[in-house]
Amino acid sequence: MRTGLSEKTQPTASAIDDEPVQLLTPEGVRTESVEYDTWVEDLTGDDLIAIYQDMVVVRRFDNEATALQRQGQLGLWPPSLGQEAAQIGSARALRKDDFVFTSYREHGVAYVRGVQLEDMTRVWRGTANSGWDPFTVNMATPAVIIGAQTLHATGYAMGVQRDGADSVAVAYFGDGATSQGDVNEAMIFAASFKAPVIFFCQNNQWAISEPVGVQTVRPIADRAPGFGIPSIRVDGNDVLAVMAAMRVALERARTGGGATFIEAVTYRMGPHTTSDDPSRYEDLGEREEWAAKDPIQRLERYLDDQGILTDDVRTAVKAAEDDAAKRFRAACIALEDPEPMTIFDNVYAEPHSGLERQKREYAAYLSYIEGGTR
Amino acid sequence: MTQMTLAKAIGAGLRRALTDDDHVLLMGEDIGELGGVFRVTDGLKHEFGAERVVDTPLAESGIVGTAIGLAFRGYRAVCEIQFDGFIYPAFDQIVAQVAKLHARTNGAVTVPLTLRVPYGGAIGSVEHHSESPEAYFAHTAGLRVVTPSTPQDAYSMIRMAIASNDPVIYFEPKRRYWSKGEVDLEEVPLPLDKARVAREGTDVTLIAYGPLVATALDAAEAATDEGISIEVIDLRSLAPIDFDTVEDSVNKTGRAVIVHEAAQFGGLGAEIAAVITDRCFYSLEAPPQRVTGLNTPYPPAKLEEHFVPDLDRMLDAVDRVMGRENSLTGWTAR
Repeated sequence: MRTGLSEKTQPTASAIDDEPVQLLTPEGVRTESVEYDTWVEDLTGDDLIAIYQDMVVVRRFDNEATALQRQGQLGLWPPSLGQEAAQIGSARALRKDDFVFTSYREHGVAYVRGVQLEDMTRVWRGTANSGWDPFTVNMATPAVIIGAQTLHATGYAMGVQRDGADSVAVAYFGDGATSQGDVNEAMIFAASFKAPVIFFCQNNQWAISEPVGVQTVRPIADRAPGFGIPSIRVDGNDVLAVMAAMRVALERARTGGGATFIEAVTYRMGPHTTSDDPSRYEDLGEREEWAAKDPIQRLERYLDDQGILTDDVRTAVKAAEDDAAKRFRAACIALEDPEPMTIFDNVYAEPHSGLERQKREYAAYLSYIEGGTR
Repeated sequence: MTQMTLAKAIGAGLRRALTDDDHVLLMGEDIGELGGVFRVTDGLKHEFGAERVVDTPLAESGIVGTAIGLAFRGYRAVCEIQFDGFIYPAFDQIVAQVAKLHARTNGAVTVPLTLRVPYGGAIGSVEHHSESPEAYFAHTAGLRVVTPSTPQDAYSMIRMAIASNDPVIYFEPKRRYWSKGEVDLEEVPLPLDKARVAREGTDVTLIAYGPLVATALDAAEAATDEGISIEVIDLRSLAPIDFDTVEDSVNKTGRAVIVHEAAQFGGLGAEIAAVITDRCFYSLEAPPQRVTGLNTPYPPAKLEEHFVPDLDRMLDAVDRVMGRENSLTGWTAR
């Protein structure tokens, strides 16, 4: 390697099966996979219930947030409806010391990382630039510029290499982002420096109104091998398959094998955001097909068949969901508007003469206006 | 004190930063084995290794974007953008990411990134190799923009830029890379955001930065032949600008001429003239004047002498603020 970081050879790029990896059929039937079964065989009944509950809670939260937007409590909301398996399955495979760089729809990832539900809505309510401290949950403030965060994840992974650690950086992005130069540059840097980063693409089939066919004429997962990055196409509505794929990628990254690209094939069941009007472009037939492949329903069927989803468990999950929703609504509505002068905070890390002057002048203006009788 | 060129002085500053802080690393195109196209990083890869002096893929957005990720991990990356005109592919990462991450994260993340950018013209080069894009970045909240004009400042300011917890764009006056000067490696420097009075005078304040400071000093010297005393200010920092130093000088002289290579429209000269008018209105003997690049793309090399302000254009503006015969009045005396 030119970097001198590792003497190991590049991972072998292999062709991708168009058929995504699947361990649970839409009907909730567990299928065998020689390659991936072992990666989830440790999951106990309790683990599966915990995964199920996460998905249920996040869906409920997401619906509540959409409702709060309709009620005028949020300015905007990007629903994650339908993508719960892709997000919960991948995030639950991570360690605390891994670091996640996401886009703005990854509420399930944030939930698993430990972000409070109301904190996820701060930026959408307009009360803060960021809802949380990235270093307390090892998850960066979501990037709104499409694809920009993939480079941050790659750079973070280059830092991990220099520290001699075995943490992994994960970049979450969508199918639309794969057309961005930054995503492609990130893969080039990751491959050349063999950085421990995972490119986790949720292909939800839509970039606002543009179907994925506008971004690519081949499965998205096909691109990564061209960069020298191994790629997995996984059923994004199958939480077990997603978790297995993520664990494969994490193991590779932790052991010096470099980057992996994962395309989680899923579907955006809601609008792009609450400002969007999918009726102008959506394919209702396609939406119906995907509704039948719902990630929560299929895990529910499987757990039911396994006899894990007892009435007690159902009751407990329902209670957890209701409780989370109730707490979230109250906490979100209680988020207070920031003080005007905080607009000047954290623009620079060190004193800045130009901004200090403007701050003084604006404070004087505010007190003049507030104290005025004209 | 050591005699060295401005390019060598930057290299010495980088070497010092790499030695003092093992979380400093350099990233860029051709900065390793080659030592950079201007040889600023000459020898550093051999001294510090390929993990700390990183030859990157040819992707400016990638360089800046990965440097941000390294900052999350506690590293201080010094990124070289090979030429001024090559910075635009990284524009989003600089203005939407680097500049805003500290605010976006409520202060949790600092991005102590330094971006080294050779800039300016008059080197006989081709398109995209002679630009002055400083105004784009000075306009962006969250960034600091600085430019040295002497080897001493080149050395001290690169060290301060790297040590700063804010992102700093460090514009290198490439036509002055080979100018020599004394460098005190242990100098206690003027703060990074302070301007410097490069020459004292009483009649006109000539405000310059980067590559045009030397030209401004030549103009000041030439003006003494006609009995005009010019004070030259080297701004050093373009964001923030040390307006207190500018204000003091213009209140003393009553006249201001601002010079830069960048195009005039929306340039830093406009901001400086506006602040001078605001703060020094009752001291002014004449409207502040600007001598700048033209509002055109940077021209072919054979025409660049018309684009880059020179001594004669500066003195013509000095004549204007002095109420003397000038290019706008024509030869009134004859």
